[in-house]
Amino acid sequence: MTDSITAEELGEKIKEISIAEFFEKNKHLLGYENPTRSLITVIKEAVENSLDACEEAGILPDIFVSLKEVAPDRFKIIVEDNGPGIVESKVPVAFAKFLVGSKFYRLRESRGIQGIGIHGAVLYSQLTTGKPVKVISSTGKDVHEFELMIDVLKNEPKIISHKKEKNPKKWHGVRIELEVEGKYIRGSQSVIEYMKQTAIANPFARIVFDSPDGKVTFERGVKEMPKQPKEIKPHPYGVELGILRRMLSITKARTLIAFLTSEFSRVGRTSAEQICRLAKLETTKKPQDLDHEELERLHKAMQMVKLKLPPTDCLSPLGEHLITEGLKKELDAEYFVAVTRPPAVYRGYPFLVEVGLCYGGNLPVDKPAKLYRFANKIPLLYNQSGCALTESVCEVDWRRYGFSQSEGQLPVGPLAILVHFVSVWVPFTSEGKQAIANYPEIMKEVKLALQDAGRKLAVYIRHKNKLKERKLRQELFTRYIPELAESLSKLTEKEKEKIIEVLQKFIKKGEIDGEEIGSKEKA
Amino acid sequence: MEVKKKLKELGLKVLSEAEKGQNPCLEVPIRSLSNVKYDQQTRMITLGNAVAKRYFFNIGHVRKFVQTVEAAALSKELLEVDKHLSLREAFYRMKRTLPNSNINLVDDQEESNAAIEDLELITGASREQLHINANKMGSVAGKVVIEDKGDTVDWSKLGSGGWSIPSNVEDIVFKKVSAKFVLYMEKAAEWERLHEDRVWEKLNCIIISSQGQATRGIRRLLQRLHIEHKLPIYVLTDLDIWGFYIYSVLKYGSISLSHISEKLTIPDAKFLGLTVDDVLKYDLKKHLIKFDETDVKRMKQVEQYPWFRDNKEWQRQFKMLKELGGKVELAALSSKGITFISDKYVPEKIKNHEFLE
Repeated sequence: MTDSITAEELGEKIKEISIAEFFEKNKHLLGYENPTRSLITVIKEAVENSLDACEEAGILPDIFVSLKEVAPDRFKIIVEDNGPGIVESKVPVAFAKFLVGSKFYRLRESRGIQGIGIHGAVLYSQLTTGKPVKVISSTGKDVHEFELMIDVLKNEPKIISHKKEKNPKKWHGVRIELEVEGKYIRGSQSVIEYMKQTAIANPFARIVFDSPDGKVTFERGVKEMPKQPKEIKPHPYGVELGILRRMLSITKARTLIAFLTSEFSRVGRTSAEQICRLAKLETTKKPQDLDHEELERLHKAMQMVKLKLPPTDCLSPLGEHLITEGLKKELDAEYFVAVTRPPAVYRGYPFLVEVGLCYGGNLPVDKPAKLYRFANKIPLLYNQSGCALTESVCEVDWRRYGFSQSEGQLPVGPLAILVHFVSVWVPFTSEGKQAIANYPEIMKEVKLALQDAGRKLAVYIRHKNKLKERKLRQELFTRYIPELAESLSKLTEKEKEKIIEVLQKFIKKGEIDGEEIGSKEKA
Repeated sequence: MEVKKKLKELGLKVLSEAEKGQNPCLEVPIRSLSNVKYDQQTRMITLGNAVAKRYFFNIGHVRKFVQTVEAAALSKELLEVDKHLSLREAFYRMKRTLPNSNINLVDDQEESNAAIEDLELITGASREQLHINANKMGSVAGKVVIEDKGDTVDWSKLGSGGWSIPSNVEDIVFKKVSAKFVLYMEKAAEWERLHEDRVWEKLNCIIISSQGQATRGIRRLLQRLHIEHKLPIYVLTDLDIWGFYIYSVLKYGSISLSHISEKLTIPDAKFLGLTVDDVLKYDLKKHLIKFDETDVKRMKQVEQYPWFRDNKEWQRQFKMLKELGGKVELAALSSKGITFISDKYVPEKIKNHEFLE
């Protein structure tokens, strides 16, 4: 009987193993499926936290990232920002406790959504090296230095040490230091590529990356930041059944009609009554009292009512200027154009698409265009072929804009394409968050944006070709002038130099285009 | 107008246009099927009035423009020193590389030839008048005495080679013409046959050959003999479409030289052979060389020329030739005997008036 355990004990056990096991089982979904990708993910989570913090506080981000190999396949990572910092009491929770659901209902465009991010990185560090993470934070007053671990049994932060120091320089921000197992590579899916693309999408940030290959600085390109997005409540069209259930269980509203009008956007009294009527539910019913069948009726009714589309001020696009500046500072091209589409809606979620095109310069002439995909300013490095953004790019007819293109492929030519998807809820195809699902509404917007930008680019290319032709033409005539002058001088017995002068006037006046008349005219 | 003066005026016109700020322009009569016509009255191909305007400041024209003006300058230079150049020499005279480039003013002789032809069209002066000559080609023998550059030449006393015809026959003076007609043949081999057999003496005629299409010099010589001394011209060619065409060009002119048709064509020239009738009569069918594709294609074009289309005799020949399915060379007559062509073929045909017109 010593082996038998009680139900209580079993329940305890399940809870105890849950976090570590959850992570272990899902690490492929969370970005930790191999050492290479894990390294990128840890840095990515820390950098995105820093960028979010700075942006929310309205501070131009100044981010320092260090990555050094301390032992074979073992790296020390430091990420430091100049953000607002985290108050002393919240530091342990912010880094060493999974807070599932903290940002859950927050429908606002931001980089992270689920709140697994940095905790996953901390746990990964802990699981692969057994070492605590060091977090240094200050809001401008004292500097607090913590050594933290996650108590995986209790999902509680474990404070290994805590020091307090004076802060004469009034430094504020957060610095996190962790050691992880990983593998450092170079190429298209690497830390450096992630940093570069982050620099493109965040041109207002200055990022210094001290990599194993040396220090790289991504300078700040602009000093303005995108406007802060507003939070919005969910729109009934986009809400999923599971979320609706949870919203019902935690709402403070006492009646169904109050719940509908207060927790959703675009639902007024009339629409709420209509929903209740369609769902055959009393408007006065207590939200917590709905059984499963009633819940399903309610969910269905919510989709059937005609409602205004959700407000779109919850979106914070980069805008055409920032996209252009971001591309300009990181890519060596000669022409840049960006297009930001007006907001649109898929499944009740507002979204918008913006694109940027770079042309010429050092971009390779004979290779497929380089595609940079972003979702809410986060670079998407993996899973390019399975992404609706890629699919949309390939569906555009680039031949119209002067590029060669095989059916359904990326165009070939000196071109780089940026596509930025902005939404309060990004429909990733999987938890790996690297590819966007192919909603027709989304693909349509991407294509419209690309076509608009493509037309502008085509105008530039035509203009450029014209100038080039004109120059070639000038050169050609300039070469023939002395020859003609020589012959004319023999024929007319006049001075060659004078004749050259007469002919060169045409080129100086730039009149050599207009006078080109058809070769065959009947006299 | 004197040619030299014409050339100078061409230069002055181009220069004055440039000085006025106009794009300098040359007007070149167009030599193409659309701008030539067959004149029923004069029975020759003549050039229409369409001209191509060629501008200096035009990417597509500049090269030809400069080439043509350069050809004019070269011609003027030749006239000034009273020297002649061959077309080949003229090519080398015009060929040079433009400074700071890899562009040659002319790349091959075709370009310089075309520029010289254009200059003829623009000035109305012939190539010979511009002091540029083609290669001389062809021989002549017969009872004629001429004067050429101060030398007296008797065409009946020049041994086995005969007198070789220069490309410019303008200044030749006929001192004494005893011959009664002219035999023109497309091949030197036939000429040598007839010359060795002294046909010109026996039939009291002139024999002239070139190689293939008659050169301008020969055509002009034939025309002068025909006009100035009323000699009938007989054309002796192989039985094939190319032979018919040689006859056609001698008689009516060609598109490419339509601008000087009146100086070259001989509307009364007669076709002496070979005909399909001859082939049947002398049993030459066994020497048939089958037509290839180009023969057939060319025949379809040539039989539609207005002077052939409206001529029953010729249409009969075309029809029979098509039925024959191949060509027969004059040289095949040697199968009938070494001197068969000289002793029998030519004399009999002339005696019996067996020719086509």
